[in-house]
Amino acid sequence: MSTTCQSPASQLCTFYLDNQMFGIDVQSVQEVIRYQQMTDIPLAPDSVCGLINLRGQIVTAIELRKRLGLPNRPEGQLPMNVVVRSDDGAVSLLVDQIGDVQESDEENFEPPPETLRGSTRQLIRGAYKMKDRLLLVLDTERVIDVTSNVD
Amino acid sequence: MTIEDDELIKDFIVESQEHLSDVESQLLTLESQQDGVDVALVNKVFRAVHSIKGAAGFLGFEVLESLAHRGEEVLNRLRNHEMRPTNLVINTLLKATDRLKGLLDSLETSNEQDVSEHIVALERLLNADSAADSVLDEVTMEEATVEAVPERASECAAKRNVTESISSAIQDAAIVSAVDSTIRVDVSLLDTLMTRVGELVLARNQILQFTGELGNTDLLRTTQRLNLITTELQEGVMKTRMQPIGNVWSKFPRLVRDLAVICGKEVRIEMEGKATELDKTIIEAIKDPLTHLVRNTVDHGIEKPEVRRSIGKPVEGCLTLRAFHEGGQVIIDISDDGAGLNLDRIKSKAIEKGLVSQEQVARMLEQEIAQLIFLPGFSTAEKVSNVSGRGVGMDVVKTNIEKIGGSVDLQTRPGLGTTVKIKIPLTLAIIPALIVSCAGNRFAIPQVNLLELVRLEGEQTTKSIEWIQGAPVYRLRGRLLPLVYLRNVLKTNIASESPQDVINIVILRADDRQFGLVVDRINDTEEIVVKPLSKQLKGVAVYSGTTIMGDGKVALILDVLGLAYASQVISKMRDGALVDPNGRAKDGNGEPQTLIILGTGTSRRLALPISQVARLEKISKDAVEYADHQEVVQYRGKILPLIRLAGFLGLESNDTSEEDLLNVVVYNENERSFGLVIDKIIDIVETSLQLNHPSTREGLLGSVVIHDRVTDLVDLPAIIRMIDCPSLSQLPSLV
Repeated sequence: MSTTCQSPASQLCTFYLDNQMFGIDVQSVQEVIRYQQMTDIPLAPDSVCGLINLRGQIVTAIELRKRLGLPNRPEGQLPMNVVVRSDDGAVSLLVDQIGDVQESDEENFEPPPETLRGSTRQLIRGAYKMKDRLLLVLDTERVIDVTSNVD
Repeated sequence: MTIEDDELIKDFIVESQEHLSDVESQLLTLESQQDGVDVALVNKVFRAVHSIKGAAGFLGFEVLESLAHRGEEVLNRLRNHEMRPTNLVINTLLKATDRLKGLLDSLETSNEQDVSEHIVALERLLNADSAADSVLDEVTMEEATVEAVPERASECAAKRNVTESISSAIQDAAIVSAVDSTIRVDVSLLDTLMTRVGELVLARNQILQFTGELGNTDLLRTTQRLNLITTELQEGVMKTRMQPIGNVWSKFPRLVRDLAVICGKEVRIEMEGKATELDKTIIEAIKDPLTHLVRNTVDHGIEKPEVRRSIGKPVEGCLTLRAFHEGGQVIIDISDDGAGLNLDRIKSKAIEKGLVSQEQVARMLEQEIAQLIFLPGFSTAEKVSNVSGRGVGMDVVKTNIEKIGGSVDLQTRPGLGTTVKIKIPLTLAIIPALIVSCAGNRFAIPQVNLLELVRLEGEQTTKSIEWIQGAPVYRLRGRLLPLVYLRNVLKTNIASESPQDVINIVILRADDRQFGLVVDRINDTEEIVVKPLSKQLKGVAVYSGTTIMGDGKVALILDVLGLAYASQVISKMRDGALVDPNGRAKDGNGEPQTLIILGTGTSRRLALPISQVARLEKISKDAVEYADHQEVVQYRGKILPLIRLAGFLGLESNDTSEEDLLNVVVYNENERSFGLVIDKIIDIVETSLQLNHPSTREGLLGSVVIHDRVTDLVDLPAIIRMIDCPSLSQLPSLV
């Protein structure tokens, strides 16, 4: 991870979901780990898919595909865990694949388009126009608050 | 001010506060010793005030010093039997103590504060007493010496013979030795230690499991030692956090005394089991609820002296606090000999406030009516006094106690008094728990909720479980025990891992109700470290926390009370139990029920209470055979007759699906099973039934609206009766 950047908040940890590129503020990321075995939670909200033992710390895993209303991950493909810090302890976001840490520049940033659908809109801060694709920036706080915005 | 001074002052405040907290209760004891005070006790108070005076003088807090000094003089008179501990004397001393506390709380400005009022009051005592009562005092002093046991008399004599300077030197030495044997530790440090020990316990559990698998004897021996040491360490660390409940109680005598004066009552407080120890976090948590209960008792429970006299009770009311250990829990009783609860007034108040309906009240037992005072928004105080009656009351007490895993129970006898029984766990951090499995997951059930385990095998599995209006019950030593299938509560459809002919019932207690929880397998008991639920899961009522198991995997801790609510063993209004202790069954109308919604035809919806459903199965169409023109399948070694529900009820069916599996709802009645074939299973919902249109068609109870869709309620027993032809009823016995 680069340490020479002047404004650390402008770095994004990127990952892929259903071939779309997403990013969250790198500052909020605790670590990225490979797939871990999870404990099911019957009756839990839809997008909460299990509990992980992360070195003695119990971490709730959120299936980002479900959270963002994307189709289920193809069978046999194991997700990665992006563990993010929150006021309430660590939370893991399940993603398809991890991308690079991207420097973000304000010039290429745009708020979400008006046509973006309801529930997802609240979770997306905006998009960075990359050379060949869009990088959607997620609002980590809202994404992990599954109780407020169940789709 | 230098840093050392800061440290000194901090120590001074903490120590002085400790001294004063004891002084209060000691003064109250002195007040009850009108016929000669216990000199040793006065000495204790004297020493406390004296050391505050000394330290305050040393640190330059003159106002504090002067107030302490006057107090000390009065105490000196008491000690020398030159003054009696009259109400006035103790009152003045108590007020001066309060003022000292106030000064300590605002130490920076203490030298500018005015305490002349208290000093004058104390001096007035000194002057008045020395003049008028000197003769009387001599008499009482002599009496005291005569009455006192020989040791005490000699002790008194010895004390009085030594000079002031020597005695104070001895006192100082005593204080120093007490300081030497104890140290102050920050609570947060103990909390961190506790967490670390929790981690250690987890690691220990893991190692124990691995060692068992490896079977190396040397490793085994070391592991056993590790096991032992960990357990001892855990106990030790827990002990550091234990505090006697007396710490909370110590402020009650004063509280009761002051309240009694305000209310114009005479109340005596008795305490048993002051030394009963509890975890610090729990002590903190019960402080407010207990204070509230004590206030309530003095304000509402105990009658005015004239009332008590007129009904032949002793004028002085008695409030008893009792604490003791029982079965890994601590029980605290708060009882009084007052008027008891006015059940009629509670009834009318609860109805008036819209908390319950007239009909509900009519059906309630006395015990249940008394429990109404725990409902939110209930307060019977006719006028709001500053003592109690602010509308936040017993419900807050109850919630706070339940929050720490405890329970509150109330018993009242009109004219004889009320007892509130609080049950609380010893500690919250590490608890013994039973590990069970259900639907491929492991769950921990706190041992405090556990009563016993029942295992049904073979024939018993079908025979012992009976049904009351669709609710399964088990006869436990002659009493009907409602059964709850964990699998249904968790709404999972993963196949059971237990053999088909075994039923494991975990008998649990929630809120003084018992129920049986049917699980797939019972594993073991284990010490678990409780970790809180994450924010995402707070809304799921059936879990109370999480823990890490020996194999490193996470397991959920079941909240037994939440489970009881979720499965309607206990309803919010406490009248929803399908079977109450008297065994009367209640009708299902209006009660919330869990229904399984079935689809038939293109849009028709049918519903069945899930409690009537034994299993949901998918059966291959190829497996269908015929017996006497009846479709049957072989199912668990028996012949299961199939009923095409749509056809039977004369509804259209669109059973044209490409699948070659039939959706079958298995229903058990009197040892016989029937399979209902339906097009699809749509949903499982929880709803209260409001039967809108009683049906004229046989086999249907009527229509209800569920999720904005009109749904027909299936009358399963009626259907079974209709098809109950001889050939069918004989089928099972043919096998």
